[in-house]
Amino acid sequence: MTATVGQQAQAAARANDVWKVYGSGEAQVVALRGVSAEFERGRFTAIMGPSGSGKSTLMHCLAGLDSVTRGTVEIGETTVTGLGDSGLTKLRRDKVGFIFQQFNLLPTLTAKENILLPLSIAGRKPDPAWYDTVITTVGLRDRLDHRPAQLSGGQQQRVACARALVSRPEVIFADEPTGNLDSRSGAEVLNFLRDSVREHGQTIVMVTHDPTAAAYADRVVFLADGEIVSELIEPTAETVLDTMKKLDTPAEVGN
Amino acid sequence: MFRATFKSLLARKVRLILSGLAVVLGVMFVSGAFVLTDTLGRSFDSVFADGFSEIDVNVAAKPKVQVNEMEGEQTAAPLPAAVVDRVKQVPGVASATGVVNADGARVIGSNGKVVTSFGPPQLGENWTGESDLLQLREGRAPQAEDEIVLNKALATTAKVQVGQKVGVLTAFESKKRDFTLVGIAGYSGDRDSIGGVNEVFFTTPVAQRLMLGEPDTFSSVTVRAAGGVSDEALRDDVARTLGADFEVKTGEQVAADAAASLKEGLSFFNKILLGFAAVALLVGTFLILNTFSIIVAQRTRELALMRAIGASGRQIIGSVVLEAIAVGLIASVLGLAAGIGVGALLAFLFGKLAGGLTLAGIGVPAAAVIGSFAVGLVITVVAALLPALRASRIPPIAAMQDVATPDRPLTKITVAGALVTGVGAVLLFLGLSGNAGGQTLSTILGGVLFAFIGVALLTPLISRPVVSLLGAIFSWSVPGKLGRLNSGRNPRRTALTAAALMVGIALVTGVTVILDSAKGSLSALAQDTIKAELVIAGQQGGPRPPSFDPGVLDRAKALPGVRMVDGEYGDMARIDGESTWVAASSDVASLRQIFGAKATAGDIDRLGPTQMLASSDTATSRGWSVGSTVKVQLTRGEERTYTISGIYESSQLTNPVTLPVTAAKDFAIPQPIQGFIQLAPGARVADVQPQVETLLADSPEVSVADRDAFIKQQMSSLDGLLRMIQILLALAIVIAVLGIINTLALSVLERTRELGLLRAIGLRRGQTMGMITVEAVVISVFGALLGVAVGTGLGAAVVEALKDEGITDLVLPWGQMGVFLGLAAIIGVVAAVLPAVRAARINVLGAIAHD
Repeated sequence: MTATVGQQAQAAARANDVWKVYGSGEAQVVALRGVSAEFERGRFTAIMGPSGSGKSTLMHCLAGLDSVTRGTVEIGETTVTGLGDSGLTKLRRDKVGFIFQQFNLLPTLTAKENILLPLSIAGRKPDPAWYDTVITTVGLRDRLDHRPAQLSGGQQQRVACARALVSRPEVIFADEPTGNLDSRSGAEVLNFLRDSVREHGQTIVMVTHDPTAAAYADRVVFLADGEIVSELIEPTAETVLDTMKKLDTPAEVGN
Repeated sequence: MFRATFKSLLARKVRLILSGLAVVLGVMFVSGAFVLTDTLGRSFDSVFADGFSEIDVNVAAKPKVQVNEMEGEQTAAPLPAAVVDRVKQVPGVASATGVVNADGARVIGSNGKVVTSFGPPQLGENWTGESDLLQLREGRAPQAEDEIVLNKALATTAKVQVGQKVGVLTAFESKKRDFTLVGIAGYSGDRDSIGGVNEVFFTTPVAQRLMLGEPDTFSSVTVRAAGGVSDEALRDDVARTLGADFEVKTGEQVAADAAASLKEGLSFFNKILLGFAAVALLVGTFLILNTFSIIVAQRTRELALMRAIGASGRQIIGSVVLEAIAVGLIASVLGLAAGIGVGALLAFLFGKLAGGLTLAGIGVPAAAVIGSFAVGLVITVVAALLPALRASRIPPIAAMQDVATPDRPLTKITVAGALVTGVGAVLLFLGLSGNAGGQTLSTILGGVLFAFIGVALLTPLISRPVVSLLGAIFSWSVPGKLGRLNSGRNPRRTALTAAALMVGIALVTGVTVILDSAKGSLSALAQDTIKAELVIAGQQGGPRPPSFDPGVLDRAKALPGVRMVDGEYGDMARIDGESTWVAASSDVASLRQIFGAKATAGDIDRLGPTQMLASSDTATSRGWSVGSTVKVQLTRGEERTYTISGIYESSQLTNPVTLPVTAAKDFAIPQPIQGFIQLAPGARVADVQPQVETLLADSPEVSVADRDAFIKQQMSSLDGLLRMIQILLALAIVIAVLGIINTLALSVLERTRELGLLRAIGLRRGQTMGMITVEAVVISVFGALLGVAVGTGLGAAVVEALKDEGITDLVLPWGQMGVFLGLAAIIGVVAAVLPAVRAARINVLGAIAHD
């Protein structure tokens, strides 16, 4: 890894020799083995890998949701590793946004209230112009007063995206955002995520196992057995699929 | 954040209603107690203000023995008639009237039974003419010795009319005497009595003789001031003229003093009600804690999301506490309102029971409002703190994972439970062994509280084996097996729900153990010791014990087959300045021959007119020995000096002090209260009993019973006490039932998907309901088992501590315990109805799609 000073300034999130070990003794599982990676600002990065490869663990560690066993994680200028609860809370308020596979909207709140929830938790007022832009981009203007139960899956996930975008975080982590959607709704959401990177300079890190979804990213990082094994720039569904196939075979043999 | 809290609160209103209901019931108890005692207090104020409204200044002799509300009625000493003339001489006195006014005039109703009172006195008075307050409604004033007037309320209860012969028992004659009812009197404002007091008006000489025991004496002198003379100035003038031996008060003071002594009793009553409210609220706390815990568990994902998008731990605590405050506030308002209703209802019932007490308007004292909100809010928030803390510890990562709350180990909670139980046991030991240094009651109560909380903490551990054992009974069917597994799958939740039921049942069981042991011990002692085949006694209804004509004693003695007869008298007296219960026996020899007393010093078979006997305990504590002289002041008469001539061994059946029977004429009740008849060898109870019955024809307050019936009758007052406590504690059990319903309802909600799955693979509706019912029954029977065990432990501890007080036998109410367990099973079935119906109605498709 030949990182220059200039590149460092460009990194929105960074993992330095991150190890994650669960359990001990016989039951010990090594989820990450010395992963180092940078996620540049203003880019859409996908993390891929077969199940059990550690891709979700990597994302949880990057986002400060899980602690690392060794190594450090940085988001922007902040070193996440070693932060206490209040530091992590501040990090989540200011620097990080989440999009979940299960959408995770509060069923009791309207779409608009859900979108504004992170800001109201932090006690901040939304920037009206930015809020307007977000609403226009997600195309939910006529659905703002609906409850999640009255929205389709795709619409719910777009609300979740808007919620992540509205506080302009340093980086948005998306965990299988299309995993619960049909292919059309999935495409809508992915287009929308790519647009927010291209047009508004948002940084997004997405975990997925779907090659079509990964093809929307600017860059794909491949994990297997807790290590980064490959990388693709400007991927297409075909190149991603090919890489995955190559990864699967030794993994099968390994088993 | 506030908005999110309130929206989620609204969405879960049904779940919170039941836990709120627990607070509502507890708060209702608190505010009801305050409203009831406040209303009654003001009613008494106005009753006495009315009763004394015709009096400007009142003169009475100082009572010779001060008696407080708990010990009985205060009896004023009579004052000589000459005092009336001396008062008349005081300038500024318009009129002074000698008044006879004493408790103990008991009218025999048209059904031949004595009209009883449950509180207000039964006054015998002299007729002093009509006034603005008191007027004759029918007939005329009493003129001859055998004529009386009754107040309208009494005439109505006794069902007697003007012109009829009416039998009356008086303070100095517990033998029926017939009078002609010549008039019925009532009070201004169309009231039949003041405050439900029964009144019999005699001519003055008859009232003096029968109610005060001496001619030419009065209870008090009532004075009207001349125009322009203030009551206070006149009071001071009269007081100066008469000297220090008299109590001279204005009418207002008399009213206030009379009301104050009743209110003292009311405040005691209030404390008892608040004690039961505290029990209800303790159970409510368990319920709220459980509800909030379950709600937090169910919202894990939602709370984790909040954390993931930036909420701090403190904000999560805040949101849960805010919910608790909202629930507490609403519940307090509802509880206050319900309490006002209940207080008003109870006051109304009390007024009826007390013979028509005119109630003052229902008022809501500040204490009721403050108490309700303080209690409602504090309890709810305190109970929600633990769940709130747990909520704040949910890691944000839980938002991304399937919620599988791992079974947390029970080590910590068990250690904490053992510690708290230990503290409770130590406190109980200190309190019960009398080493608490003056804080006995609070130490014992603290010990009980700690014991409850400690056992509740230990419950999760205990629940595992017990619940699986209980559930094994139902395991023969698939729904039964599923229900059993469900009740064991969250030990904390099951435990807390069961612990709520435990509190109520433990208290009922504990009280039952104590009272049954007391009953058993005393009965056994009485049966072993009292060597009298027949006993004359009556059932005490009001403050005055029933009494009978002492002439009966001599006549009973003369009956064939009777060997010995003893009449027992009793009163509070002042001995060397200290209040002491004193007794007198018509035949002192009975002490040894009927009550099995043993002499420890001197002679206890004889008693001269200036001699007295004491029990060994009393003699030790007062430093008396044979030959000591003591000064005794009885309710009436002058202070007299007695010499101790004998000391008998103390037992449950002996009195502290026995005076010669000649002293009994100066007791507040100068007639015997109980009579004991010992038969000659060979005489049969069935032969003698009817003859004694005939002798008692003119003493309708009492009857003659054989010894066993007498002992049973004496113990029946304990049964009444037990029943009252059970009714009051039933509320705590009702709240616990709400807790079971709530827990099940929340569990059903939580397992919607699972229930749908079970239905999808073929579980019938009925089987689903059976499964839920088994879970409920297992939880409630477990709670009842715990309660019976803990209650028996507490009761046994108290009984052990009371060994020296004569409670020697531990009597375990096996029947009652069985009833509790059966009741718990029924409670479980009842509590399961709503959740089970809900579970059975789950839409199979919707449930499987449910997230």
